[in-house]
Amino acid sequence: MFAPAPFLLKDTSVSQVMTQVCIALVPGIAAYAWLVGPAILVQLVIASLAALLAEAAMLRLRKKPLALFLSDGSAIVTAWLIALTFPPLAPWWLVATGTIFAIIVAKHLYGGLGQNPFNPAMVAFGVCIVSFPALMSQWPSVGLQLPLVDQVNVILGLAPRIDALSSATPLDALKTALKLDEGAFDVTHLLANQDIYGNFAGRGWEWVAVGYLLGGLWMWQRKLITWHVPVAFTGALVAVSGALWLYNPAHFASPLFHLLSGGAMLGAFFIATDPVSGCTTPRGKLIFGAGAGLLAYIIRVFGGYPDGVAFAVLLMNLCAPVIDLLTQPRIFGMKDAGKGGKA
Amino acid sequence: MITREEFRTIAGNGIWKQNTSIAQILGLCPLLAVTTNAVNGIMLSLATIIVMALANVAVASLRNFIPHEIRIPVFILIVAALVTVVDLLFNANLHELYLVLGIFIPLIVTNCIVLARVEAFAAKNPPLQSTLDGIFMGVGMLWTLALLGGLRELLGSGTLLGGIDMVFPGLQPIQLLPESYPGFLLGLLPPGAFILLGCMIAWKNWMDARAAERARLKPPAPVATAGCH
Repeated sequence: MFAPAPFLLKDTSVSQVMTQVCIALVPGIAAYAWLVGPAILVQLVIASLAALLAEAAMLRLRKKPLALFLSDGSAIVTAWLIALTFPPLAPWWLVATGTIFAIIVAKHLYGGLGQNPFNPAMVAFGVCIVSFPALMSQWPSVGLQLPLVDQVNVILGLAPRIDALSSATPLDALKTALKLDEGAFDVTHLLANQDIYGNFAGRGWEWVAVGYLLGGLWMWQRKLITWHVPVAFTGALVAVSGALWLYNPAHFASPLFHLLSGGAMLGAFFIATDPVSGCTTPRGKLIFGAGAGLLAYIIRVFGGYPDGVAFAVLLMNLCAPVIDLLTQPRIFGMKDAGKGGKA
Repeated sequence: MITREEFRTIAGNGIWKQNTSIAQILGLCPLLAVTTNAVNGIMLSLATIIVMALANVAVASLRNFIPHEIRIPVFILIVAALVTVVDLLFNANLHELYLVLGIFIPLIVTNCIVLARVEAFAAKNPPLQSTLDGIFMGVGMLWTLALLGGLRELLGSGTLLGGIDMVFPGLQPIQLLPESYPGFLLGLLPPGAFILLGCMIAWKNWMDARAAERARLKPPAPVATAGCH
């Protein structure tokens, strides 16, 4: 942990980091493609194109060097996170609108790369779920895999959006059931008997979450992210869901279900770890991650939206500067942390 | 009475240079709350124009009789009386619109624009100039609220002048975008109003910066710029 002075600096340019983040997303994307078919790959392409176009337009307007910033890959990472959090069969313009909004409003209006107070991908998700709630909650039914041509047609709006294409997410279904029959509701029974649930969480989706987990662990091993945020995020999620589950297992799903549902894994490893919009001090990262995990649980279980990760991360983004300020580590030789030069 | 230069300064300040919404950024509460379409914005601005013009002329006429120490309560009393008149007028003649604008018509009394103009202009200037100031400040508010309302409406539902039938019965809103337009709901929600207002302020600053740049590059023309100070 503590090495003596001459440190060898690893060359970590933005583009290298971004490329590795993209590589880390591959296991999750592979599981996703196996589950819903190639639609997700189409969405990744649409989002990437929209991101590069918006990025190029904004760079031109701001008179910044195009080639330097376009090739740094940060827009691609934002685009991929957007494509992965939107429903896979969402119309092309929805993904494009979200991506363009993220790049123009959430990134460049605040000053571009490294200046954005909010995670651009989560801004896109928040904006779209508030603006187009119906389209943003149409997830493909379980086991339904249309051939590529049909999927592309649905995305491009050439084929009608039939009802079979859309169902609630496993999280949402659980919440709706909880609201519908208060008395007869039993989570264990529901999870065991309904089609959309697999061994641990949503059928198939659990493996996508495992894919993100693998990618995240690889990023940690490569030292792209530190352990603080993912551990605090998952720890808080497990703690609060575990406490409620032990209190009433018929009413609240298990911690494992919550870890492998919705955007928990993607959020813990890829979104809450964003070095720009998150915290930078070690203690700050722990508070940031724990806050995001706790808020994500509260919003997804008691709130009105299908999942809470996006809003949880955005809310914690708001708090990040204050948390950073209050958790300044003590500088060697100084008595107090963050008090300037007073020794 | 009033010189041409004075008139131009008052009009220019109200409409552009000291525009209430995009330069002074005053009265944001009604601005954000009612501009879900252009008609609401225009009608609230009209109500505000009436109040501002009358309040300014009343205060300017009485300015030598109002004791300095208690001027603010007196101003508020005058403004409140005028707002009550406008409120009753709207309720009687444009009842449906009155229901839409609701609390924001009585709230004109607390709108900082009205008190700001009374305190900053009418209390120090003769009645004619003060009346013009009230009107032009209101016109500045009118076009910004109409633009903001129109943009929000267009973005949120693809129409323009929704609710026009409440003012002119029988008229229909204009459907600018095709029926299949899904509606970018954010435009109608408060965050959309903040973002669009921010864009409008940025646009004004950009226009001003460009004008300043041009003025800097151009050799000074002594006669033409004499009146500007």
